[in-house]
Amino acid sequence: MASHVRAEGLTKVFGDAHKKALEAQRSGRGAAWIQEQLGQTLAVDDVSFEVEEGELFVIMGLSGSGKSTVIRMLNRLVEPSAGEVWIGDERVGALDKRGLRELRQRRMSMVFQHFALFPHRTVVENAAFGLKVQGVELDERRERAEEALETVGLAGWSEHYPSELSGGMQQRVGLARGLATQADILLMDEPFSALDPLIRREMQGLLAELQSELQRTIVFITHDLNEAMLLGDRICVLRQGRVVQIGTGAQIIASPASDYVAEFVADVDRSRVLTADIAMREPRRVFAPTASPQEVLDWLAGQEANGVYVVGDDGRVLGVARDDHLARGLAEGAREIGDLLTEDYANVPPDTLLADLSELAARNSVPIAVTDDTGKLLGVVPRARLLASLAGADLSTGPEAAGQGPNGADRGRQESADA
Amino acid sequence: MHDLLAQQIAPDLDVAGWASGVVDWLLANFAFIFGPLRTIVSALVGWVETLLVGPPVVVILLAFTALAFFAAGWAFALFTLAAFLLVDAMGHFEATMVSLALVLVAALLAVAIGIPLGILAARNNTASSVIKPLMDFMQTMPAFVYLLLAVIFFRIGVVPGVIASLVFSMPPAVRLTELGIRYVDREVVEAAEAFGATPRTVLTGVQLPLALPSIMAGVNQVIMLALSMVVIAGLAGAGGLGGIIVEGVQRLRVGLGFEGGLAVVILAIFLDRVTAGFGSGDAGVRRSA
Repeated sequence: MASHVRAEGLTKVFGDAHKKALEAQRSGRGAAWIQEQLGQTLAVDDVSFEVEEGELFVIMGLSGSGKSTVIRMLNRLVEPSAGEVWIGDERVGALDKRGLRELRQRRMSMVFQHFALFPHRTVVENAAFGLKVQGVELDERRERAEEALETVGLAGWSEHYPSELSGGMQQRVGLARGLATQADILLMDEPFSALDPLIRREMQGLLAELQSELQRTIVFITHDLNEAMLLGDRICVLRQGRVVQIGTGAQIIASPASDYVAEFVADVDRSRVLTADIAMREPRRVFAPTASPQEVLDWLAGQEANGVYVVGDDGRVLGVARDDHLARGLAEGAREIGDLLTEDYANVPPDTLLADLSELAARNSVPIAVTDDTGKLLGVVPRARLLASLAGADLSTGPEAAGQGPNGADRGRQESADA
Repeated sequence: MHDLLAQQIAPDLDVAGWASGVVDWLLANFAFIFGPLRTIVSALVGWVETLLVGPPVVVILLAFTALAFFAAGWAFALFTLAAFLLVDAMGHFEATMVSLALVLVAALLAVAIGIPLGILAARNNTASSVIKPLMDFMQTMPAFVYLLLAVIFFRIGVVPGVIASLVFSMPPAVRLTELGIRYVDREVVEAAEAFGATPRTVLTGVQLPLALPSIMAGVNQVIMLALSMVVIAGLAGAGGLGGIIVEGVQRLRVGLGFEGGLAVVILAIFLDRVTAGFGSGDAGVRRSA
């Protein structure tokens, strides 16, 4: 069963004159105008996105951005005023009450900001709630609930009441309740916002771990950008009910779609989000192993550089030609640089965090090489570029923009409808 | 000048005439309801009365003491034992049980009607906006007026007392049920809905259990209000403690009136603590888990 989630033009008006507000929206009026002239609150304004199967999709925004309303429209806890939600080929808006209950029971479960546990039921009864609603027999649902509790690290707490648990443990119960039904889509409404920072980090770790194993389709709401960056495969930034940008964390930080996003991401620890492929550029020049030492030395002198990468026919890095080695080789009569190479360089895969590059950059005299699985050179990260990336300089317009790497040109920006 | 101030400025309206017109019309057209209703209520009271008056005093006394113990501990159990022994010593034990039967039947009916009305009001805003003013009206209208009406519809005896008590004591059951359900954490209700629970499951599995403390507070109030009507019901010939107090007042027998009053107070304390104990304790929340 396909479990990708697609939202098309989701719109929600709170107020008693939907139609007028929707007309105004369609004719291009903004939320502010509609609020002022019609007294209607346009909470969500034409929001579209698509969540792939197994993806953890984060919707991020500050309070009042409409993010909680968006997630509630996915399972129709809030009825959309306009727009459609598709789960695979199924149009959620077309379901009758029974069909909707069926969907909520089997396909989509939900985790809430304030846990929303049933205080009059034990931990295991809470975890089994979804199964009970499905009509699963007592023994089986207990067993499955216990399993879910074990998954979230709460084995042995079954017979306690939620009030006897700490906040973090309560949310573990909430998570177990969401997992127990084995719904393939998990809606998480700011699940960790109410927790202490330490516990929050612990829970984020737990979720990341579970997700790498379970591969559910997750829609995750947060107002915390660092959380979004940490967990999200992709992030959708909402502002005043509108989508501002959709992209991976690195894309959003490297090329924010608006000043608003730029301001928002200003405080993020870029070194822990940006990856080598964002910061790299094409090397100015690479040499074949057959090049003469003199030629390379001349070029290096012009570049005020100490070394250059030497690449084979297949594009794989063979080594670095360093000026001191070349000079010595030249004196000894060497004709090709192939014999004079050193292993004195660092190479990393493209998804390496910039935080991990800093130390390597300091240690080596040549730029860091970014290579794919086969050792093929994708680009290089010179020290200056690394620092510029960390400082938040816009790489795409800088003097080094020319060689932004093989697939760097279309990075970030607004997502197209078929992404 | 004085005349001018005292003058009536609004035209005469014969509200009294309309009211009695409505009453006459009801009497003429709904006699088929009032008759059977009288029989049913009277039978109910009779049945509960037999239950309370039938067994030896010792049995009832011990049962009350045990109830007090479970609801509020041994100290209150001791008080209960002593207090009801005092009632017996004054010679009013049977009258107290008759009044208790009346209170229990009135409260039972009030709760049986009030809680569903409260649920309705909590789930439907239109119903709520109709029911609220109705409850205000019922609660502020002087209790004597109900008694008057009840006597007209059901004649003298215990039934008008029960009906008047029922009407007078119902509002808290409705109000606190509605309030309790409306104040259940929205997210918790959403959670039940998000997992595909039917509206009925949401009500019985989540809203009612979580509203239980509030509902029980309502039940407690209903019983106390019904008890406060007992004396007034005595005027309609309902007997019991009301009868004793009315006799004390009419014949200026202060001592007798005081004895009756004391018994009412003892009954009130007993009922209040017992219902409050069962309502607020962990028992209410845990039991339904």
